[in-house]
Amino acid sequence: MNEFSLIFRNEQNPDAQFSPEQMQNILKQWRDWMGGIAAQNKLANPGNRLGIEGAVVRKGNVVTDGPYAEIKEMISGFIIVQTETLEEAIELAKGCPVFNAGGSVEVRSIIPISM
Amino acid sequence: MQKNEELIPHLFRTEYSKITIVLAKLFGFENIEVAEDIVSDTFMIAAETWGQKGVPANPVAWLYTVAKNKARDHLKHNKLFTDKITPAIKNNSTETYEVEIDLSEKNINDSQLQMMFAICHPAMPAEAQIGLSLRILCGFGIVEIADAFLSNKETINKRLLRAKEKIRSEHIKIEFPGSNEVSKRLDNVITTLYLLFNEGYYSLSKNISLRKDLCLEAMRLTLMLAENELTNHPAVNALLALMCFHASRFEVRTGRDGESVLYEEQDTSLWDNSLITRGEYYLNKASTGNKISKYHLEAAIAYWHTTKTDPPEKWQSILQLYNNLLLLEYSPIAALNRTYALAKADGKEKAIIEAEKLNLEGNYLYHCLLGYLYTGVDAQSALKNFKAALKLAKAQTDMAKIEQYIQELNGSL
Repeated sequence: MNEFSLIFRNEQNPDAQFSPEQMQNILKQWRDWMGGIAAQNKLANPGNRLGIEGAVVRKGNVVTDGPYAEIKEMISGFIIVQTETLEEAIELAKGCPVFNAGGSVEVRSIIPISM
Repeated sequence: MQKNEELIPHLFRTEYSKITIVLAKLFGFENIEVAEDIVSDTFMIAAETWGQKGVPANPVAWLYTVAKNKARDHLKHNKLFTDKITPAIKNNSTETYEVEIDLSEKNINDSQLQMMFAICHPAMPAEAQIGLSLRILCGFGIVEIADAFLSNKETINKRLLRAKEKIRSEHIKIEFPGSNEVSKRLDNVITTLYLLFNEGYYSLSKNISLRKDLCLEAMRLTLMLAENELTNHPAVNALLALMCFHASRFEVRTGRDGESVLYEEQDTSLWDNSLITRGEYYLNKASTGNKISKYHLEAAIAYWHTTKTDPPEKWQSILQLYNNLLLLEYSPIAALNRTYALAKADGKEKAIIEAEKLNLEGNYLYHCLLGYLYTGVDAQSALKNFKAALKLAKAQTDMAKIEQYIQELNGSL
């Protein structure tokens, strides 16, 4: 079994307002999607969601604040799936709710580190 | 006053394991057979004496006194014990040579809990833990254990011997783990009690009263954990809540011929409301701390199943609980139940797409689920799946149920 990371990117609008019902609905889409992957025993790690608050640190201790006006799509989270092939992992990514927000999923193989 | 022939088996069930555990703690686990022999002898003497002279006013106290005397005699007359055990006991007691055998309620309780930790030691294989729990903690006979496991006496005897040997070779002591070890070791104890309960609840054994005893014993032991401040953790209360909710349907889920009655077809007026209330009480007590165990999730799912109406949020909640359960730990049964909940919450079409991805061909319940989902949507596919399920099912009662579905589908074609 191989592991792949599904990395979600979408435009982040810090001023976006959602009604409780919309929020509930978005949450349900994500939970159902991840639950569906877990039900196939293909979820290796539920990963994390990333918030808008943050900073970028560069060489020479140069720190730039968010909200990264220069980056159109930000990484908003990731999960790790376990499948035999990249194609299977891509198949899992096809149902991702991030598309509803105009985002994309990057599927990347994970290189196992032998300790 | 109860008759002898009823009283002694009753006392045997309730007292045999208690006295054995206290003595085994005194002698050390490696000598548990000595403890078992002493208690068996005690009951034999009781049967003889009570038969001739009548039952004493306080039968339990009588048993304790005789067992204590026999244990003291043994310690005095057995050279091995005099050499190995007595010095250790002597060091503990202040001045008297007379060995103190403490059969107070508190010591019995503590000893049972300590025995639970010994049996559920991480070095012990799960099967051995359940077998030993039934034998030592619940006082079940070999025949009963064999019946519960759908096995035979010889196999169970061998399994128990190997398990006892393991406790000896690992030098596992009958004691509480250190306070910082408790939560780690407790996980294992809880898992064993969970499996013990499931063994009774889901066993294919036809012996219904035995299966019920198994569930009740698992509940009794879990309650002991909940009542001890050292072990009264949220996960213990969650497990107890789960057991109460499940047990509330125990009588209703099996039909007159031993066939299982599906949740949807159960007579809800026969559910045991007092157990449902107890379950809610423990679920509330479990809602502390910051860790959600699988027992919390399963208890919450079981809670929703005790609601007799079908409000819209019911199946959405159950679906999300199954989603979370699967994120915590995959199991085929959780995957199947999650898909059933999805059908109830969001409709069969959506559930069929998800079900087809589950990759559980070879599991008869998987084909039953697909058969159910396709019923009313695509009769041919429903039929195909029920036929596949029929080939894979093992229990006679399950096969009869599947055949009934096939007939209904054929009738509607």
